[in-house]
Amino acid sequence: MAENLEKVIQEVTARYGKDRTRMMDIVREVQARLGHVSGAAMDLIAREVKSHRVEVEGVVTFYAFYTDRPKGRHVIRVTDCVTARMRHVDEVVAAFEKELGIRVGETTPDGQITLERTSCIGLCDQGPAALIDDVPVTYISSDKVKSLVRVLRETGDAKKLVKTLGEGNNALDLVHSMVINNIRKRGDVIFAPFESGSAIRNAAAVSPAEVIRSVKTARLRGRGGAGFPAGMKGEFARNAAGDRKFLLCNADEGEPGTFKDRVILTEAPDLLFEGMAVAGYAIGATEGILYLRGEYAYLRPYLEHVLEQRRAKKLLGKGIAGKAGFDFDVRIQLGAGAYICGEESGLIRSCEGLRGSPRDRPPFPVERGYLDLPTVVNNVETLCCAARVLEKGAAWFAQIGSEQSSGTKLFSVSGDCRRPGVYELPFGLTVAEFLKEVGGDDAQAVQVGGPSGTCIDRGQFGRKLGFEDLPTGGSMIVIGPQRDILDVAAAFMEFFVEESCGWCAPCRIGNVLIRERLERIRAGKGLPEDLTYLEELCTTVKKTSRCGLGQTSPNPVATTLQNFRKAYEAKLLPARQDGRQPTFDLRAALSEAVRVQGREPVAH
Amino acid sequence: MAKPKVATASLAGCFGCHMSILDIDDRILKLAELVEFHKSPINDIKKFSERCLVGIIEGGCCNEENVHVLQDFRKNCDLLISLGDCATMGGLPAMRNHVPLEECLAEAYLHGPTVHNPAKQIPNDPEIPLILDKVYPLHEVVKIDLHLPGCPPPADAIWEVLVALLNNKPIDLKYGLLRYD
Amino acid sequence: MSDFTFTIDGVEVPANKGQTILEAADAAGIYIPRLCWARDLAPGGHCRVCTVLVNGRPQSACTHPAGPKMVVEHDTPEIRAWRKNVVEMLFVEGNHYCMFCEKSGNCELQAMGYRLGITTPKYPYMFPQRAVDATHPDVMVDHNRCIACGRCVRASRDLDGKNVFQFVQRGHHVRVAVNAEGGLGRTNLSAADKAAQLCPVGAILVKRVGYAVPVGRRLYDVKPIGSDIEAKRAATPSGK
Repeated sequence: MAENLEKVIQEVTARYGKDRTRMMDIVREVQARLGHVSGAAMDLIAREVKSHRVEVEGVVTFYAFYTDRPKGRHVIRVTDCVTARMRHVDEVVAAFEKELGIRVGETTPDGQITLERTSCIGLCDQGPAALIDDVPVTYISSDKVKSLVRVLRETGDAKKLVKTLGEGNNALDLVHSMVINNIRKRGDVIFAPFESGSAIRNAAAVSPAEVIRSVKTARLRGRGGAGFPAGMKGEFARNAAGDRKFLLCNADEGEPGTFKDRVILTEAPDLLFEGMAVAGYAIGATEGILYLRGEYAYLRPYLEHVLEQRRAKKLLGKGIAGKAGFDFDVRIQLGAGAYICGEESGLIRSCEGLRGSPRDRPPFPVERGYLDLPTVVNNVETLCCAARVLEKGAAWFAQIGSEQSSGTKLFSVSGDCRRPGVYELPFGLTVAEFLKEVGGDDAQAVQVGGPSGTCIDRGQFGRKLGFEDLPTGGSMIVIGPQRDILDVAAAFMEFFVEESCGWCAPCRIGNVLIRERLERIRAGKGLPEDLTYLEELCTTVKKTSRCGLGQTSPNPVATTLQNFRKAYEAKLLPARQDGRQPTFDLRAALSEAVRVQGREPVAH
Repeated sequence: MAKPKVATASLAGCFGCHMSILDIDDRILKLAELVEFHKSPINDIKKFSERCLVGIIEGGCCNEENVHVLQDFRKNCDLLISLGDCATMGGLPAMRNHVPLEECLAEAYLHGPTVHNPAKQIPNDPEIPLILDKVYPLHEVVKIDLHLPGCPPPADAIWEVLVALLNNKPIDLKYGLLRYD
Repeated sequence: MSDFTFTIDGVEVPANKGQTILEAADAAGIYIPRLCWARDLAPGGHCRVCTVLVNGRPQSACTHPAGPKMVVEHDTPEIRAWRKNVVEMLFVEGNHYCMFCEKSGNCELQAMGYRLGITTPKYPYMFPQRAVDATHPDVMVDHNRCIACGRCVRASRDLDGKNVFQFVQRGHHVRVAVNAEGGLGRTNLSAADKAAQLCPVGAILVKRVGYAVPVGRRLYDVKPIGSDIEAKRAATPSGK
């Protein structure tokens, strides 16, 4: 612990070439060695990389996993995801508080353990879960808390908490995780067997323009949720001026209820890296970055190993597949707990070592992205699809799924269903068919596409999953009949308030205001006019916010107001005749004075 | 026909807004023709005995008595006007909203640089209304029909608003009459 | 000669390639309300008050390039309501005591409230706890009044070349911090810096000059914000 500060900073910054765009890595490593990034450390980092202290502070304080204040040797981060709330995560948190003798946000007096809550960590099908240091711990119940804390204290090593290994690659030494894949349904695109190099060889045999043509013919659309045609995006970047271009893979899935990319990264990384190489070839990029969310740091050693193997097999590096000029390599950039970095321009900023606030567009990343150079950012699943298109042909791919949504889709299924997990299903099935598949027939609602998506009621279960009707990045949270839909909406609003980057006013402030009014209604103090108030507020935030976060963050309230209005109305007070505000509680407002002055209010 | 009645009160305010009402100068005579002042510090009527068309309240709510007066106004007036910054947003008294009540009292009566209080007593007579945890703008306590900010609102603005209300006309303040300072 | 034209609320507006919608509107004498924008600074897109509809889609006019045949909607009841709501949000987010703020009358947030006819925000006041930094001999920062528009951040970085200010934290905890542990007094900010001059509200104030012009005779005491821009339109024959 008592490493010399100056020496540490010099070593760490030197390792990253004193390059300020590697700030994410520098901060991560300084924190790993010193426990936190102090003001003095910020000054030194700034000096070494020729930046400014306040810029370093801006980065350190932006990401949830970085800290400018000392924390315990171990940090327990219990997920606050709505799916975990459904499984009584609050009892787990209470058990931790009791066992550790501290509250959330505090550190044990001996400086050993800090307890925190964190947003969704991508383990919704095996929750309640927590990250203990970098180690995911699943299926926590309050009775397991005692032994978790004991082992952590005794061994000082969170890895020792892993008793039973998950299946598949989770059991590899390099992963060594209790996480399970829970693949419930394998399709032909993502989870079918794949021979490394097959797509690269086919791509190398044709021109980059033909690779793009294939992707267009396959009608491949982005899997992150927005569904932008992948071929078109590639073509924009290919045609953009400049010789140096980048291919970035977005492995920052942070939408509550999403965990499909985790499973791809665990079980099909070769398919993904193959897709990255093919895409790099197509757009003329020789450099790729896999932006891996900080929550999946435990997968990094394995992914680095796969990259090494691919380099050895000439599937990465110079002259890929023996073709002169086919050069492409990948580095892994770890995130640090910021949902907003899943937004492509926020992701780019983070890769540049900056706060992860998105940029204004235009210019679009395909013209000016990473380091202001043409950049394509693709979802993990999209790149896997691209590899498969090159391997098996565009026509083969296009015949799967529906007219506007070709191929299969991975669904991350959690919530009130009998078979949560990952499903690879062709696009175009109805919500009812989907629910049958996952064992959630009695659902009262489904949150399609996570909180930023839409919450639909039973009347809409006939709708089709796909870009033509109900688009989804894959998060499917089944909400059973026993749930209060407003509890779900409240959990989601909590998430967005936490994850807004704060750059623009409506998202920074508006989400807080939406949460306030929703809480008012949940507390039984809402008035009928609060519903129109909320509707107008939601519209303003959606219409005026700068990026996709604020443009969708009111959806948990806006879509439930639309589809579950009765749930709101049931909680409202009748219109009042006396003109008094139900939220003003004189007794409560006086309680402090009663305590301090030691007497009762003057009688009236 | 009886003239419409107007009531006024100053809660946690400085009476500056009432001064501004009086600042309408000779128009006060015209106002007296148009309305009859009921409960108000201007005529010292203490209790509502009749229903009023308009209640004008200056100052925010900082103690229990303020709340009771405000609720009484809400009960007895058809329209409530929140007059001045203290009423609309808490104003200067709301600067204490960032400080816990116990610290406020200690600073005011024990530790402040100008305090002379050898007995070290914080006033606590049973007659003194208890202080609220923070200063509330009026509309957070009761429903308010009309807000006119300003510290104080210009006399012309008050005049325009009253005349429009009494004549059932829309309020359209010309530039410079809506102000926050 | 302009490169092309587009329309704002049906009025044909000339524009040059590279101009933003807001710049073209300004030149044409159409005032689109804005708070975080300032001449000579790269646009920030923070406040969103300049939101317009471009071919039906919301965009910030300060960042969005004008394009040929673009159809821009700006002064509609719907958009006016959004703008008003966003400005009301800014009022409740901070502690804005106009009655003793020395920026009163020259404050763009206040002026925007006047222009949009805000008598009191419909949202509950948050009364946050914020600090005042008076460590600098010539400039003070009152975070109570900050609206996180980022003008000081951009001005210090791009115009002064000093990087005195930057955002720290995130979400509703975002605040502007200074480039030194001990406060503004430990930075190399000078009162002559653009960063000290461009604050639209009373959050960054140069000391000892506040009351050179008395309250009541200040910029927005007399004329609505944007009048200077609108005057251009009134002066041209094509203006209505």
